[in-house]
Amino acid sequence: MKKVITGDHAVAIGAKLSRADVVPAYPITPQTLIIEHIADFVNDGEMDAKFLTMESEHSVMSAAAAASAAGARVFTATSSQGLAFMYEMLYATAPLRLPVVMVNANRTLTAPPGIWCEYNDSMGVRDSGWLQVYVEDNQEALDMVIQSYRIAEDKRVLLPVMPCIDGFVLTHTVEPVEVPQQQDVDSFLPPYTPDIILDPERPAMIGTLMPAEYIMEMRRQTADAFESAKKVIQEVNDEFAKKLGRNYGGMIDTYRMEDAEAALITIGTVTSTSREVVDDLRKAGKKVGIVKLRFFRPFPSEELRKVLSGVSAVGVFDRSISYHGGGPAYNEVRSTLYGLMIPVINHLAGIGGRDVTKEQIVKMFDLTLKAAKGEKVKEIYWHNTRGETV
Amino acid sequence: MKLKDLPDDNLFTAGHTACPGCGAAMSIRNAIRILGKDTVVYVPASCAVVFGTTFPYGAWKVPFFHTAFENTGACLTGMKAAFEKKGKNVTAVGFAGDGGTYDIGLQSMSGAAERNDDILYICLDNEAYMNTGIQRSGGTPFGAWTTTTPVGKEVQGNRRFKKNLADIVIAHEIPYYATLSIGHPMDFIRKVEKAMTIKGFRFLHMFTPCIPGWKMDPAKTVEVTKLAVESGMWTLYEVENGEKKITYKPGKMRRVRDYLMMQGRFRHMSEEDIKKLQMWVCRKWNLHYGEKGAPEVCEIAPPEEHHAVTEEHREMHGP
Repeated sequence: MKKVITGDHAVAIGAKLSRADVVPAYPITPQTLIIEHIADFVNDGEMDAKFLTMESEHSVMSAAAAASAAGARVFTATSSQGLAFMYEMLYATAPLRLPVVMVNANRTLTAPPGIWCEYNDSMGVRDSGWLQVYVEDNQEALDMVIQSYRIAEDKRVLLPVMPCIDGFVLTHTVEPVEVPQQQDVDSFLPPYTPDIILDPERPAMIGTLMPAEYIMEMRRQTADAFESAKKVIQEVNDEFAKKLGRNYGGMIDTYRMEDAEAALITIGTVTSTSREVVDDLRKAGKKVGIVKLRFFRPFPSEELRKVLSGVSAVGVFDRSISYHGGGPAYNEVRSTLYGLMIPVINHLAGIGGRDVTKEQIVKMFDLTLKAAKGEKVKEIYWHNTRGETV
Repeated sequence: MKLKDLPDDNLFTAGHTACPGCGAAMSIRNAIRILGKDTVVYVPASCAVVFGTTFPYGAWKVPFFHTAFENTGACLTGMKAAFEKKGKNVTAVGFAGDGGTYDIGLQSMSGAAERNDDILYICLDNEAYMNTGIQRSGGTPFGAWTTTTPVGKEVQGNRRFKKNLADIVIAHEIPYYATLSIGHPMDFIRKVEKAMTIKGFRFLHMFTPCIPGWKMDPAKTVEVTKLAVESGMWTLYEVENGEKKITYKPGKMRRVRDYLMMQGRFRHMSEEDIKKLQMWVCRKWNLHYGEKGAPEVCEIAPPEEHHAVTEEHREMHGP
């Protein structure tokens, strides 16, 4: 059934269709609509879940971890300051192998205070042990909540997953969304059946003190699970495509990359605008394409090296800044492409929620094409920014 | 349950690495004997994580969970929700210290109390951050030496009186709050058993001497606890649905000095400071038991700067 709904509404429906058992919640703009919709579902008897009104995000992630350890399928959502307030508990959840799914509505992390889209909240926790996937539209937001449980709960993975959706651009914007049938979701997503939980019938101790003699192995196991996740993500993507009819490509998605000379790596909603720009530029005879970075953790290194091996230059879009130069995606991509001798340039845009227009994206492609032709370009560009700009 | 009927199915086993005479370990061991095997335990950052769970050893034979320091209330809420959703009849119990309850964990505990979640919160109160090496907490008594309230040339020991946590907890209008002492085992058993029969947020406040933190003889844990009660430094009572009931009243009020002198953490205290503390205890005794403390103990000449003391008292307990 098609519904015209906000991204937050789509996410809430995704949690309901995934049959989450426990939903600890705390409100923060622009995530608020998600938990409001879930509260409605629960109070209307449409969703059989324990909805817990916690007193802070730290307590949300604490309750989420404990409920997951006790064997429940857990859903929650947060944003920005809330994610930062959870920081400690994000690091507690992953190595204990608790497959919580939490949507992050991307928003500026203060200062300065702002409520619009920026990736400095979720990208700041990229090493917390959570898988991260960035989505392009409301449909993908809904579908990735469902897929995230399959990935998180896979015994080869057992890690928490954070689908990230652009604040306001998706959270508060309505789009037509195909809402899957419950029985189709049920056939795709079986109930959660963990092996080790807090159960008096089979007592286990979870979260014990670890001497130095053992911690490295635990880290190694978590790192290995990230490697396994790459395969699982692809399998889940393919099965979802087969059963529910939508294929997102897996770790990355590509658009008109077949003979591209210059590629732009995009994240989130900017991808949609970029698709239009690519069509325009292609009409004008320019060989350009897009690689949509879907998963940021695990990072799609092999996929990028493969798809970018034939291009002459790569531009990377970033919606947050890493203060040692460029954005997080730029630094990851450059590191990934090390040795291929392909110039990589960084396009910082849309930070703090500023609109990213087609004109800006045309400039990003122009600069990347210049680099492709061997012309001298800078490494990092701030687009549509006061002061020195392009 | 009678003392002789107390089961010993070793749910918190011997072989843990707590100090000899540890009040917290004794409280945990006795509580879990009463709570039984259908219990899941959460312990925040504390000695109890170190002495009971250092991998690859573990003293718990009931399920145990630990993540962080300030989240006992929230973790109990989360696990209980999971048990309820799965239809499992399991008691969710937290053992948090005074730091994890009076200070850093206050918000999380308050959230769970306010929601009246069906959990059992146990505070093991040893009156300072002992696991990090004896630093002052909101539960540290007046005059006590800790590494962050040292006995200096100008300032000696903790200058604030112990935070009145009980009234904060009770103000949440929870179904059950009780204070316990390992020196009073029958009272201890009855309160744990009672807490098990009540639905909603239950808070058991246990007084747990710390041998290195209090600088005391490890053979005297029970004796010190008893003296705390006999002197009025700790009082035994319960509050059920707002109704307060005193469960033990000492026959004769002992001087606080007798209690202080058993512990190195108070040994530096000046006569003036001991008087100040004695006046605080007498006031507390009066409020608590509804009668004046023993005249030979409480009718003492106030210390010289008694006006300042009165101000402090007013600040702590209102007019």
